[in-house]
Amino acid sequence: MDYTLLEKFNKDNIIVEKIDNLVNWARAGSQWYFQFGLACCAIEMMAAAAPRHDLERFGAMPRATPRQADVMIVAGTVSIKMAERVKRLYEQMAEPRYVISMGSCANSGGPYWQYGYHVLKGVDLIIPVDIYIPGCPPRPEALIEGLLALQEKIREETPFRKKD
Amino acid sequence: MEFNQIIELFEIRCPGCVTVVEGQQALTVQAEKWPEVAKILSEDPDLTFDSLMCLTGYDKGTGDALGVAYNFHSMSKLHKLEIRIEVPRESAEIPSVANIWRAADWHEREVYDLFGITFTGHPDLKRILLPDDWEGYPLRKDYETPDYYHGMPIPKDKTGWE
Repeated sequence: MDYTLLEKFNKDNIIVEKIDNLVNWARAGSQWYFQFGLACCAIEMMAAAAPRHDLERFGAMPRATPRQADVMIVAGTVSIKMAERVKRLYEQMAEPRYVISMGSCANSGGPYWQYGYHVLKGVDLIIPVDIYIPGCPPRPEALIEGLLALQEKIREETPFRKKD
Repeated sequence: MEFNQIIELFEIRCPGCVTVVEGQQALTVQAEKWPEVAKILSEDPDLTFDSLMCLTGYDKGTGDALGVAYNFHSMSKLHKLEIRIEVPRESAEIPSVANIWRAADWHEREVYDLFGITFTGHPDLKRILLPDDWEGYPLRKDYETPDYYHGMPIPKDKTGWE
């Protein structure tokens, strides 16, 4: 979390800040992720959301519909049959939308890389990916680090500046 | 019932229907004789194979036969039996036993999906795992992975990755 805003507020009750930073602060602090899992990585995602690791302390809570989700965590093996559904779900999410590719399977096909006729060799072949988390499956700590890395990425954005 | 007794029973009930796989506790059946043999397996009071534990397809190699192995178990008699049926690759057709053992329904669909063996008389023979418009049967030894599926690449060049 970005506490500099809070410190300014406590000092004189007035905040003067760039609107980019304000929006980024809000976006980074409420990464509602899309609740769907494809394979064993989803178990680790559930463990990360459960009380021991508690993703909600980072403002990340699961949403069961793409309309309300900001982050899609692709947790597991993307089979070619599922790939079209994953792409459609991504397209149904509202902007700004982010994608975290969790685990070896979603990154590159993982153990199915060489002989898997049915597995998509990396989810980045169909949707743009912001953060890759290695591991098979990654531990919840790794997923949390991925979410924090995504927060860093969001803070560097300039949503109100004119694009070239 | 021991394996030898089962062979003797078949010599009485259905002569020439089964042959023993050399060195193994398994029987081979011709595809044409399979409905008759299956009926004996399930209905004969000494056999009563009421449970089809597993049904597996196999491929003996390019240019050779395709096959299906059935593993039976009897809940009441507590004995087991393996049946194998082999058919030529060009006309891979085996009579369905889904009307005798309901477990065969989805297993036969799986073998159809991955090996392309047609089970005649099956109530709903269509692909169970792969998309309906998939081409080819992936577990056959002579299967070649396509380059694209619906525009999604299936890369086969492994240089730079290993």
